[in-house]
Amino acid sequence: MTAPDAPLLAVEDLHVTFTTRRGLVEAVRGVNLSVAPGRTLGIVGESGSGKTVTAYAITRLLDSSGRITKGRIQFQGMDLVQAPTRTMRALHGAAISMIFQNPRAALNPVRTVGLQIADALRAHRTMTAAQARKRAIELLDEVRIREPEKRIDAYPHELSGGMCQRVVIAMAIACEPALLIADEPTTGLDVTTQKTVMDLVARITAERNMSVLLITHDLGLAAKYCQDIVVMEQGHVVERAPPLRLFSDPQHAYTRRLVAASPTATSRVEDLVPDASLAVPLPPLRPKTKPAPGTAPLLEVQNLVKRYGETAAVDGVSLTIAAGESVGLVGESGSGKSTISRMICRLIDPTGGDILFDGEAIGSIAAREFHRSPLRREIQIVFQDPHESLNPRFSAFDSIAHPLRRLGGLAGDALKARVEDCAKKVGLPLDLLDRFPHQLSGGQKARVGIARAISVGPRLLVLDEPTAALDVSIQAVTLQLLERLRREENLAFLFVSHDLNVVRMMCERTIVLQNGRIVEEGQSRALFDAPATDYTRELVAAIPMREVA
Amino acid sequence: MIAAQARHVGWVLRSNPITAVAAVAATLLCFIALIGPSIVSYDPIASDVASALQPPSAAHWAGTDQLGRDVLARIVYAARLDLAIAASAVFLSFIVGALIGSVCGYAGGRIDRFVGRLVDVLMAFPLFVLAMAMVVALGNRVENIVIATAIINLPFYIRFARAEVNVRRDAGWVEAARAGGEGHLAIVLRFLLPNVLPAMAVQISLNLGWAILNAAGLSFIGLGVKAPTPEWGIMVAEGARFISTGKWWLVAFPGLALMLTVLCFNLLGDGLRDILDPRMRT
Repeated sequence: MTAPDAPLLAVEDLHVTFTTRRGLVEAVRGVNLSVAPGRTLGIVGESGSGKTVTAYAITRLLDSSGRITKGRIQFQGMDLVQAPTRTMRALHGAAISMIFQNPRAALNPVRTVGLQIADALRAHRTMTAAQARKRAIELLDEVRIREPEKRIDAYPHELSGGMCQRVVIAMAIACEPALLIADEPTTGLDVTTQKTVMDLVARITAERNMSVLLITHDLGLAAKYCQDIVVMEQGHVVERAPPLRLFSDPQHAYTRRLVAASPTATSRVEDLVPDASLAVPLPPLRPKTKPAPGTAPLLEVQNLVKRYGETAAVDGVSLTIAAGESVGLVGESGSGKSTISRMICRLIDPTGGDILFDGEAIGSIAAREFHRSPLRREIQIVFQDPHESLNPRFSAFDSIAHPLRRLGGLAGDALKARVEDCAKKVGLPLDLLDRFPHQLSGGQKARVGIARAISVGPRLLVLDEPTAALDVSIQAVTLQLLERLRREENLAFLFVSHDLNVVRMMCERTIVLQNGRIVEEGQSRALFDAPATDYTRELVAAIPMREVA
Repeated sequence: MIAAQARHVGWVLRSNPITAVAAVAATLLCFIALIGPSIVSYDPIASDVASALQPPSAAHWAGTDQLGRDVLARIVYAARLDLAIAASAVFLSFIVGALIGSVCGYAGGRIDRFVGRLVDVLMAFPLFVLAMAMVVALGNRVENIVIATAIINLPFYIRFARAEVNVRRDAGWVEAARAGGEGHLAIVLRFLLPNVLPAMAVQISLNLGWAILNAAGLSFIGLGVKAPTPEWGIMVAEGARFISTGKWWLVAFPGLALMLTVLCFNLLGDGLRDILDPRMRT
């Protein structure tokens, strides 16, 4: 028997090494952490910090190229590093269980959820199919799935992402494990769904006195749901503290950077990067000049409709954007925000309504023909995933040069000069221009994507979740960069995002969408401080906020 | 850039020795096909009845056939013809198939469904029988063998290109190209095709072997290249008549050449993909 206050899990001096093509890479370099029974420990860090590798090492589920080279993992009185595979298999699910980032990928698409929960139960307990089914229904009820008797026979594709994650949680708690490892459990879920899923995890684990290891990149989430947080950077734990102290008084320089970079309700773009050598200098805001009466706004969208068969993805949306103005478009997945941004970019055709740019109707020009329009260069777009938005066979130079060649008619030295000019504007070192996307980091790729969009000198930039795939510190620099470009070039932004804190900071006006319709719009600060509709209020309440000391 | 490329090829070959062996063998094969005929000292067609059906010896390494022709010389000459037929057939079906397939994969809708059914119909026939029928109908000429082999290869390329383009058509970089002022056709040709070529290169290598077998098979049943021309399929067919009397070398050597060639192209496939894929490079 262990002492009552002894930790359930204690990781001591853990080292994990991967064999790669370029030799050995040490992903985890001496990590110490412990989780007491019934407590929730958050591991936060950016990509490459080793947080996920640490979790996989604890469960001994590293892929074949990874090896624990040193250290001990004490769990329930045994050292998991030395444990034979058979012991580990008996522990998985029964004593330690995991939930993953993508719930759909974690479920077998050809088996009903009931059978999958039963599988999890019967892997460790002897029970009949009927008993397992009965218990599965109880478990579905515990994870708050309505009508569990009916849902138990559903296939994963018949359930929403949030429901799938609840099924995964039901499977994870089926055999009453002592430790739950949650690896980015709500990434990719809507913010309201994130709240219900995380509240559920918190309630269930508290009821059962389970310990939780929550791995996340979201400081707000960690602050709200963890009693202790460790911050990891490059395979090391750099700081460990309870959330309040971590955020009010971060000790390590990296933690300070991370805390500053995570936007809160009161953040300003200027403050995201505390380190002056990394920060992007922002020119002062231009005084707003009232447009002369009678002139058309830069963009005017009237009663825009997009139908796919019977369903309307966008159902009568009207909005305007003035020159140099930044407007946020928020809403949950399926609210139609991406469809609207692609229609405005003239990449897809609307079913109805009109789009006026500078007073000129462009909604009626077929998307197929729009590349010949002189207005093509005026509306450019920055995509969500910087990696996926670059042609793998184009160097950074070619990616930036492409619109200049096609729309600007530039070639030779003039082209080279303009590409280099754009690279300088976005802070991309010129010697990276020869590289291919897979040779660039996420932040560098994001810069290439932005440089490409501004290269032809657009007046409207549509930003489709431009930082959703980036680490917070890179997001911080990217947001500063976008803000600087907007101020310098007097760009107008249509900023599509699910991250309300980012929108509040970046946009003067915000439009809230639900099911293809506008439910509310107004000045960002006012709208978030005093939402007028229930839907907006729910969205705002769901943002995991940390206490601002 | 070139140095990096060479380093990458070196790495692929080192980490996968079978690819290296296959690459060496394929190079050797192409070398033989190109300059072999000018090295061998026997005429592959002129008969010399006095020295007919001799077993392998110092003078005739692979023996002689029923008309006294040196078997090795005929194998070497045949390599040029067989490789030329296979390469041009595969090249043809690759170009046409990649174009049709990527247009279907990108456009979707009615064109895609129509071409898809057409491919299904084509694949419902036993492909070799289809090739036979085409050669019979078009005439027993080398170019018709090429066309027949190309057509029966076509469905694989169309399907492959269609599937590869289809998963990429909504990628951010495709939309970015459109925002950059590119039309649909240019996107297919200049953006999507170059991205699916590496994956298709594997298919080319596998199909080369298959096309050689196909051409040899047609000749074997008398529907391909005509008799005095040295060709592996004919050589095996002619030699088969003598196998019961123990004249094994007439069949064994051309058969071996055929087998090794097909094997070598099959093994090369995977290595080629690793070499051509830019994401595999550091």
